This record gives sequence, structure tokens and C-alpha cells, in this order.
Amino acid sequence: MLSRVAESVYWMNRYMERAENYSRFLDVNFQLSLDLNEDSNRQWMPLVYTTGDNELFSRKYNSPSKENVIHFMSLDTENPNSIMNCLIRARENARTIRENISTPMWEVINEFYLTIKSKRRFDESDMPGIAEFFKAIRNQCLLFYGCQEATISHDEVWHFALLGRLLERADKTTRILDMKYFILLPPREDVGSTLDLIQWLSLLKSASAHEMFNRFYTRITPKSIAEFLILDKIFPRAIRFCLSKTFDSLKVLSGTEKDSYGEETEKKVGVLLSEMNYASIDEIFSSGMHEYLDQLQVRLNGIASQLDETYFRN
Amino acid sequence: MLLTNYQTDSFYDEMFSEEGGIRQSYHILKSRIEGMDDKELLSRKASAEKALLSLGITFNVYGDEEEEERIMPFDIIPRIVTAHEWKKVEEGLKQRIRALNLFIQDIYGDEKIIKDGIIPAEIVYSSSGYLKECKGIVPPKGIWIHITGTDLVRDGDGQMLVLEDNLRCPSGVSYVLENREVMKKTFPELFASLSVRPIYDYPIRLRGMLEHLSDKSNPNIAVLTPGIYNSAYYEHSFLASRMGVSLVEGTDLTVRDDKLYMRTTKGLKQVDILYRRIDDTFLDPKAFRKDSMLGVPGLFDVFKKGNVALANAPGTGVADDKVIYSYVPDFIKYYLGEDPIIPNVPTYLCSREKDLNYVCENIGNLVVKAANGAGGYGMIIGPVASMKEKEEFVAKVKADPRNYIAQPVLSLSRIPTLIEDKLEGRHVDLRPFILYGEEIYVMPGGLTRVALRRGSLVVNSSQGGGSKDTWVMG
Repeated sequence: MLSRVAESVYWMNRYMERAENYSRFLDVNFQLSLDLNEDSNRQWMPLVYTTGDNELFSRKYNSPSKENVIHFMSLDTENPNSIMNCLIRARENARTIRENISTPMWEVINEFYLTIKSKRRFDESDMPGIAEFFKAIRNQCLLFYGCQEATISHDEVWHFALLGRLLERADKTTRILDMKYFILLPPREDVGSTLDLIQWLSLLKSASAHEMFNRFYTRITPKSIAEFLILDKIFPRAIRFCLSKTFDSLKVLSGTEKDSYGEETEKKVGVLLSEMNYASIDEIFSSGMHEYLDQLQVRLNGIASQLDETYFRN
Repeated sequence: MLLTNYQTDSFYDEMFSEEGGIRQSYHILKSRIEGMDDKELLSRKASAEKALLSLGITFNVYGDEEEEERIMPFDIIPRIVTAHEWKKVEEGLKQRIRALNLFIQDIYGDEKIIKDGIIPAEIVYSSSGYLKECKGIVPPKGIWIHITGTDLVRDGDGQMLVLEDNLRCPSGVSYVLENREVMKKTFPELFASLSVRPIYDYPIRLRGMLEHLSDKSNPNIAVLTPGIYNSAYYEHSFLASRMGVSLVEGTDLTVRDDKLYMRTTKGLKQVDILYRRIDDTFLDPKAFRKDSMLGVPGLFDVFKKGNVALANAPGTGVADDKVIYSYVPDFIKYYLGEDPIIPNVPTYLCSREKDLNYVCENIGNLVVKAANGAGGYGMIIGPVASMKEKEEFVAKVKADPRNYIAQPVLSLSRIPTLIEDKLEGRHVDLRPFILYGEEIYVMPGGLTRVALRRGSLVVNSSQGGGSKDTWVMG
């Protein structure tokens, strides 16, 4: 397949995944703010930190109020990562590769764009319907994945799609965890309190993970949550799961044997994955959770740029 | 009831005869329309438009940021052509394409037609579509014009005439195919009773025609597009998708060792046939326009060496020139020894002194067009132009007579069209698509373009025109 097409498929999926993640983050935080009933600025800024766009935010807005953060992350066209921009770019990518995707996929993305593009700004009067708005976005994204899964051949195009989605997802999971651990890290006296518990729960919800978590763990503790989101083998948002599927797709693309590698991306993912296969959550905690997540993000970025180099820059 | 107050206003009407009676071929359609109430017709129109929007069948409007994508307005009242009439159109177009191809081969070859005095050399050489770089070339199978969209109009007497030939990158065929899909949902019952000739096989025929250009058993075909900002981008991706071939941009391609390759995730892959949808002079910055960012450096050399087939071949644009167009009936006689089956619109060449004088004096009754204008630009319609516009245009014509032609203002035929909530007569033309491969194939029907503004004769989509489905009866 054309390198350009591979790149567009990959980015189309990254952007859809990003839009989905953002809508979930915003929704969970909104629900959390209702539960906590506390000073909203303290509540919303961490979300902006999570996305890494805090500098741009601070330049544009004078306070991290609920309205400002929601607007910035969902509709602000000056924020390159806002849901709106993700959608515009996903659609742009889809348009350039329409001949490689199915009509249902294109229709989902196009109709999604047509419904959201008229929305310009949020204000207080939108708040009663905001949960529905975010849910609609998530549902469109899920519909898109479903269409993709069910209507295109699982060939190279499909594997590049998967790579985009998985790498974005792994990255966002590191960021969710980091938000809690680094920014929301409570003062010592709050540990184990109701507030702390609600925050950890909301973190699980941010990863759509609380039901699955409850099936495998009986107590909500920072360690068990981190273990679930980092090291779980079968939960689709767990970083290890994402990497293992990434590895599988890379293997299909390069066509190399199980215990060898054909190109650098495969090697980078393989090495990281085997480290994770032999890691324990205790070790991660004792070496420093934030540092560990930081390292993971750097390595995920390295994988993404290696992929770019190998397949898109021919 | 929608048709009771319909007026033909003394124009030739596709549906109604002069006496006001319905033409035979439209009987069934008429009773179907009359069986619907206004609301039903309007809601069918609305759902047809919604379907086109959600499919993203749009064109881009240059310079309009807010509304950069629009659907081409689509009218659900079809135009119907009888089998008898179509037979003549089909034969006429085949004849025309054969003669045009021989002409192009000749002027880049022995120039017999010039030596025999049928067309002056300077007319050919001064055409902006004439590429001296093509001299001596014989493209694969001797075919230059693989895909043609010829514009036909019907004058006040109901006679079909050729208005122009589009030989470089004629567009619109995707609308024809998509409109048909929408129409099948809108009037399913009519298709069976009228036995409308199908067109869905066009992309397969297009692919077959392209494959014919290579001797390889499984040639690699690609469609070359300028990219998503081009007004016809949708069509490029539609055709690539329906043919099952790659859609490429200039940067996806590279020339190595006199061959054309595309960049894939598994390295370079040779391209054997390129259906290019960018203009000649943008194809190769090494051979033509140095500033082209759309083309592929070295592509023309690869073509000359016979290592890639280009459809249409470079240099065919010479016959898009409206001055050259006026000679096509002569080409038909010269190369085929036949009389033209479909006549041209009478044309004045401003490069002829007598014609020039006539045009300047009578501009108020004429349509004057730039020889290489397109999309309704670079032209003036005398009867509706202001004094100042006419004076300015005369000055332009006098400054560069070679570049202008004039034609009488045709009273284009009209057809009932749904305007807001009632049917009104609107002027139409017709662009059938013709493929030249192992044999010549004329798609039954084509793009009927309709001028939506009352009284307007300009049907181009960039000028507010819309489209209709065209049904050729079985």
C-alpha cells in the first residue's frame, strides 16, 4: 500500500481515539465535579496538564474554569488536540484515503463531523445536556471502530489503523494514571479518605475500566489500579495489552518469525513488551510511579517516530 | 398537479411538445409525478440531497472558506432520451472521437492535414494545448483520447449540437453514477417500466480500457489527483475506489531508471498506467511548468520511452481549443470521408477578419468565448451584458483575436425542474462520457447539467448549476 495511505489511516485512528478519550476525560471530570462540589479551578486544571497543552491554555484563558476547560478541550479550534480538531483532521485523513476505506466508515466520520461542526461555544445553558453530548461523541467513535472492524479487510490498511489506535490509547492511559499520581496526589492525611476513593474511581472511569477492574480486584487501591491499567494482559486499555497487540500487528506487517525482528519499530516494541512481561507493580512503585510513566511516554513516542520513519517516509 | 401550471414559454421543452402535449417517452414519468402530492415529491428531493451530503459527494468552491464543500444541487426529475435518438448520438460521438484521435496523431506526426490545407499550421501551433514536446510520439495502441466528455446542447428546433469537447480531464461522471443510485431509491418503480439502460458498469469499463493500454497481464494502474483541495477530488477517489486501483498524488510517485514508481510501505512499486486528473502542463515540472508542485519530475520522459501509459495522453488539450473545435466537422470529412452525424454549433473565428468585424458589430446577439476558457469563465453572453461589459470584451477580442470565438445565442432546450415547491422550465445541456480502448464505448446517458437560475444559460456547477439523471430507454 502507499506510504501516504498508511500514514493517513494511522492518523485517522489516532485522532478518533484521541477524541474519544477527551470526551471521556471531560465527562468523568464533569461528573466528579458534581460529586465533590469543591472549588472548580482546582478540579479542572489537572485535565489540561494531562493533555500536555497547558501552556497554550494559560496563554489563552485567564482561569481554568469548568467552561473554559470544556471549551478548550472540545471545541477550541486553536487547540490542535481539541475534539473538534481531532475530528476535522480525522475526516481530512479519511477523505484522502476514501478509496481505501468503506462507505460506512466514511459516512460515520462525515456525519459525525456534520453534526458537531455547527457547535461553536459552550455556556452554562449547555451544561444540562453536556453528558449526552460527550456520550454522543464516544458513541460515534465506537461506531467508527465497529465499522472499521466489520467492513474492511484485515489487511495492511487494517493493521496501520490498529497501530494508530493502540499507540494513542497506550499514551492516553499513561497520562490518565500520571494525572492522579502526580497532580492529584493527595496530601498525606487524605489518603484512604472518601475524596481519595472517589478520585481513584473516577480515574478508572476515565479509562472506562471500573467494571472490568471490579471483576478482578476486590479493593480499590492505587497499586491495584495501576497494576490493572499498566500490566493487565487482556483489558483493552491496559498499556501492556496495547503493546502486545501493537507487536502482533507489526509482526504481520514485517512478516518476520516469532523470535526475530525485521525492523527497528518491532524491536523497540518487543523489548519494551518483554520488560513489561517481567515487571511487577511493586517494583514500579518502589522505583517511582511518575518516573516510570514518564519513561513509558518517552518510549511510546520513540516507537511512534520509528514507525513513521520505517513505513511513512519511503 | 405540479405539472398543471407548467409553461414551456415557447422554448423547446424536453418533456412537452410545442402543442403542449406530453412527449411519448415521458408518459409514465408524468403520471408518476401526478400521482404524488407536492409534499411527497419535496420530501423525496430532500432525502436525495441528504443522501448526497452524507456520502460526501461534494465539490470544493475556491475562495469560499466557510462553505468550502457543497453538494452539486441535484434535481430529481430525470431527463429521458429515447433509444432511437440515442442511437444517433452514440454513432455521432463515436465518429467524432475517431476523427479527433486521428487529428491529434496526425498533428504530432506527419501533419498531413496541415499540408493538405485543411487547417492552417499557425492555428494548431498557437493553441495553448498544443505541446511541441509531443511531436513524434505514438502513444500505446495509437490512442490519445481515452476519456472524453463531449457537451451536447439542443437548440430551439430540437436539434442536438456539439457545444465542445473536453479531452484533458473531463469531470462529472461520478455525479452521473451517484445520481443514478439516488434515483433508483427515489423512483424504483419507473426503472423497470421504462427499462432504463444501466450505467453502473462504467468504472469496470474504464478499468478495462486502461488495462488495454499495457501488454502486461496484471498491470499496476493508478489515478493521479492534485489532492483533496481540487474541485473534483471526490470524483478522483470515487473512480479509484470503484476500479480498485490506487489514488496517488504527485509526491507518492517517483521516477527511477526511466520508470515510474509509487512509494509503498514495502518500497517502490512500478506504475504501468496512470489515469491522470491533472492538466498537461502540471504533469512534469522538468518537461513543462517548472513551478508545478502537483506532477512528477521526469514523468514525461518515462511516457516518451513507452514505460508508462498516460490517459489521456499529454497534448490532447489541443482539441479542447474552441478554435480547433470549429474544424472538427472538417476533420470528420478529411479522415473518415463521412458527413458529421452531430453538427457543431455555428462558430465565428475572430482570427478571420470578416468574422471579427461581424462579431464586434453584433456582440449583443452573440456568445463570445475565450478559446481556452472553461467553467463559464472568460465568456460574455451578449444579450444580457451591459454596454460597458460589451465594450470591454470587444477590446479584449481585438487585442487577441486568435483567442476568441463567437456563437449565436442558442435557445437551449428546457425541462421541468423542481424549483422551491413547483416545477419550472430550466435550460439544460448534456455531457455523455466516451471511452476509447479496444473499441469506443459511449455511456448511455451522461450528466445533464441544469441552469438553476431562471433564464440563465450557464449550467456549470461553479456558476450555480445543478444536475439531473439522464435515462436512455432500452
